[in-house]
Amino acid sequence: MDQSLAVLLTIITAATPLLIAAMGELVVERSGVLNLGVEGMMVMGAVAGFAVAFLTGSTLLGVVAAIFAGIAMSALFGLLTLTLVANQVAAGLALTLLGLGLSGLIGEPFVGQPGVKMPTLFGIDALVPFSFLLTAGVAYVLFKTKIGLVIRAVGNSHNSAHALGYRVIALRYLSVMFGGACAGLAGGYLSLAYTPQWIENMTAGRGWIALALVVFASWRPLRTLVGAYLFGAVSILGFVVQSMGLGIPSQFLSALPYIVTIIALVIISGNKRLTQANTPACLAQSFVPDR
Amino acid sequence: MRLILEKRADRSPFFAIASPFLALLLTLIAGGLIFALRGINPLEGLYVYFVEPVTQLWSVEQLIVKATPLILIGVGLAVCYMANVWNIGAEGQLTMGAIAGSIAPVMFPDWQDPSILVVMLIMGTVGGALFGAVPGLLKTRFNANEILTSLMLVYVAGLFLDWLVRGPWRDPQGYNFPVTKTFAGWQLLPTFGGTIHLGALFALLACAALAFVMAKTLIGFEIKVTGNAPRAGRFAGFSRNRMVMLCFLLSGGLAGLAGICEVASVVGKLQPQISPGYGFAAIIVAFLGRLNPLGVLFAGLLLALSYIGGEAAQVTLGISDKIAKVFQGILLFFILSCDTLILYRIKFEMGRVGALKAAE
Repeated sequence: MDQSLAVLLTIITAATPLLIAAMGELVVERSGVLNLGVEGMMVMGAVAGFAVAFLTGSTLLGVVAAIFAGIAMSALFGLLTLTLVANQVAAGLALTLLGLGLSGLIGEPFVGQPGVKMPTLFGIDALVPFSFLLTAGVAYVLFKTKIGLVIRAVGNSHNSAHALGYRVIALRYLSVMFGGACAGLAGGYLSLAYTPQWIENMTAGRGWIALALVVFASWRPLRTLVGAYLFGAVSILGFVVQSMGLGIPSQFLSALPYIVTIIALVIISGNKRLTQANTPACLAQSFVPDR
Repeated sequence: MRLILEKRADRSPFFAIASPFLALLLTLIAGGLIFALRGINPLEGLYVYFVEPVTQLWSVEQLIVKATPLILIGVGLAVCYMANVWNIGAEGQLTMGAIAGSIAPVMFPDWQDPSILVVMLIMGTVGGALFGAVPGLLKTRFNANEILTSLMLVYVAGLFLDWLVRGPWRDPQGYNFPVTKTFAGWQLLPTFGGTIHLGALFALLACAALAFVMAKTLIGFEIKVTGNAPRAGRFAGFSRNRMVMLCFLLSGGLAGLAGICEVASVVGKLQPQISPGYGFAAIIVAFLGRLNPLGVLFAGLLLALSYIGGEAAQVTLGISDKIAKVFQGILLFFILSCDTLILYRIKFEMGRVGALKAAE
């Protein structure tokens, strides 16, 4: 009993950062922007969160720093793709490469330092219930409010939204920065709750898994929640199997989340009803207003 | 004040050439700022980083050695991106190429004649191409996003290599280090005297061949059309799926070749880490080279300089060599920003009133 509870708790901590990052990216993509830089924003959030918490001793300040690091990175992405209409795929890659490089440099003095762990109640930290609230909030705002309708309109037809007088670029900036805040927070969760220390490249592809999760969930918040917990379970499965001592090499178990991501993408993407119906029609398309 | 983009009637030929240089200049300025923030004289820092390495013969050799994999991979990616096929898993294809190419020397360490080198190079290339074909196949058969699948496979390949060198392929006489037996004799690429090896020649040939293919052949034309005008490509009867597979096989094969060349020269054996992120840096090489095979040649040398400069900065200035990755990231950012100038004029306008006046 105790052991299964421990496993459940680990699944929750593994799923939470995926959920938070994916929820941010979901809003970004609903507004018609594809930000592939989630990994870069996350890793910057992780290093900023760790550094500030380490220097001040306050995990709350660490979380705030992580969020702002994510927002700063996403604003850079916005400048590049929304203002300067650069190719979104390439700009997202740039953001990831920059984030990984910059975090390595910033984090160098913190390697091997003892981390500060977020306080928990029954093994659950404050960001776990927050991630559920976030999911509910995103689902509500996107599908039950006017601003959500406008965001989806901008994502589905930026020209029509512009013709109706909505400020496409401004709304996209807001969405992108919301995504940045979420990715930064998710990164901070890694370095403050999941493994309270700083290791270079500690996001280990989670930003990319979050991106895959959005596709897997066909741009639906509640499906994203389910998906995040499925992926969390898969990544923990490896450790559980290993502790049972079946002699499966640890590398194969570590590769499991990545392989499962690929399989999930293959299954979902083959289903036209799920993907094409929900894919924002203007995803990854630049918008320059006709004046 | 707001920034307004005004579409040019035609591509600006001036900025098409000037934009990478402008990006480079901006990167140098940003680099100077970073040095200044770290309390280093910016001019001295930039000199140590970008100039000093090319003033000595041995470091120029190093430059070419490091540029070899970057160019090999970058030229393949340039063709991919030209066709709007987003292979970002070159690092994984490099790893798999290195593994496949190492099968022969690991299994038959006593095999010592030129034929083993040929076998290694062929198997490395084929291994990379087949591993590259996986995301291609998933894209064409199941419509799975190739960006995500190719990237995921990087981690899978890295873990597979890790398992091999710690498990079945570990050298029993290696004092428990996670390495295979060191390659020797004909299992290593011949060099041109110093450290520059045969791979450099492959890189040159790949650039020349792809420059020819892109400029003079129907396949090259198909690649450009499917990338720039997919609708026109469909009307012309060009198969998008065929193009995706072709691009992945080509770029995967070149990345695999780069992988086995690294292992059969600089590294000399298999170990958990065989590349300092060449597969990712090559993405920047492709863009900096304007997705043009000949441009890639120069871009590869420049990115190689960023690696060497990082090492020099660590030794001379006591600054972490991690700064290399920062420079690489900033460079790609500026390249993409400056490319806007090719299609758009940038104007600054004061306030909303100004914007309204301009609209009249």
